Amino acid sequence: MKSAVIVFPGSNRDRDTADALELVSGKRPAMVWHADTTLPAVDLVVVPGGFSYGDYLRCGAMASQSAIMKEVRAHAGKGGLVLGICNGFQVLTESHMLPGALMRNAGLKFVSRPVTLTVEETQLSFTRRYEKGQHVSFPAAHGEGNYYADEETLDRLEGEGRVVFRYAPGDNPNGSARDIAGVMSEKHNVMGLMPHPECVVDPLLGPPDGLAMFQGLVEALS
Amino acid sequence: MKARVFITLKNGVLDPQGKAIGHALNGLGFGSVGEVRQGKVIDLELAGSDTERAKADLKAMCEKLLANTVIEKYEIELKQ
Repeated sequence: MKSAVIVFPGSNRDRDTADALELVSGKRPAMVWHADTTLPAVDLVVVPGGFSYGDYLRCGAMASQSAIMKEVRAHAGKGGLVLGICNGFQVLTESHMLPGALMRNAGLKFVSRPVTLTVEETQLSFTRRYEKGQHVSFPAAHGEGNYYADEETLDRLEGEGRVVFRYAPGDNPNGSARDIAGVMSEKHNVMGLMPHPECVVDPLLGPPDGLAMFQGLVEALS
Repeated sequence: MKARVFITLKNGVLDPQGKAIGHALNGLGFGSVGEVRQGKVIDLELAGSDTERAKADLKAMCEKLLANTVIEKYEIELKQ
C-alpha cells in the first residue's frame, strides 16, 4: 500500500498517522506539504488531525482552498481512497468531498477523552476488519466535532448506509446529529471521522482498536 | 470601495454560542433577552469602482470561502 499524508501549517497528528501507516504497511508514507501542486502516485491519501491554519475563519476552511486539495479531489474523483481524521474530516466537509459540516461542540467545551463508537458499516476498505455493530474506543480531541446536516441529508446518509461510525448510546461528546461520528462519500472511497484511530495502534497505549482500520486498508489495497 | 459581509447561521441550525451568550445576558439581569444568535462580520477593501462587478465578486467569495453555505447564510453591504 502506498500512502500519502497531507501536512498543513498547524497539522499535529501527521506523524502519528504516518507511524500508524508504516506500522501496518512497512512503508513510510509520503509527507505532502499543502502548497505542493502534485500528489505522488498513491493508493490512499490521509488528511490528518490538527489545527490547520489555526482554525481561522472556520475549521478546515482555509485548508480546503490550499493547492494540494485540488489534487486530493482529483485522486478521489478517480476512485482513490481518502481518509480524513478530526481536522481532516473538517477539511473534507469544507471541500465538499463529504456531506454536512462540523460545528462547535454543543457543550462549547473542547472534548479530550476516549469515546466508544459503534461500527455501522463494514463493507468498505476502511472498516472491513471490523464487525458490524462492534464497539471500539478511539480518543476524541476536538472543539468542533458536532456533525450537522439537514434532515433530508441525514435521512439519505442513513438510507444509503453511509454513516460509518456512531457514538455509542450515551457517549455522544459533542451533540452530533443522530450520534454520527463518521461518514463516507457516495462512492464509498472517501471517509471522515472525528475520533482518532491512529492514536490507538500500539498496545503500549491501551487496546489497539484503531489498528484494524489501517490493517483493513493494507489488505484492501494489496 | 469598502464592503461588509455578515455571516450568520441559517435558521434552524443550533447555535450553542448564541445560547450561552443569551444565558449570560439573562444572568446579568437583562431578563428581556430571548433567543440570541451570533455571527461574524468581515470588512473588506476592494479595488475598482464597478459596483455590479464588486457585488458579483463578493457573492463568489462568500460561496467559495467566507461562508459555509451548508450551515451559514450571508449578507453583503457595499459602501462607496
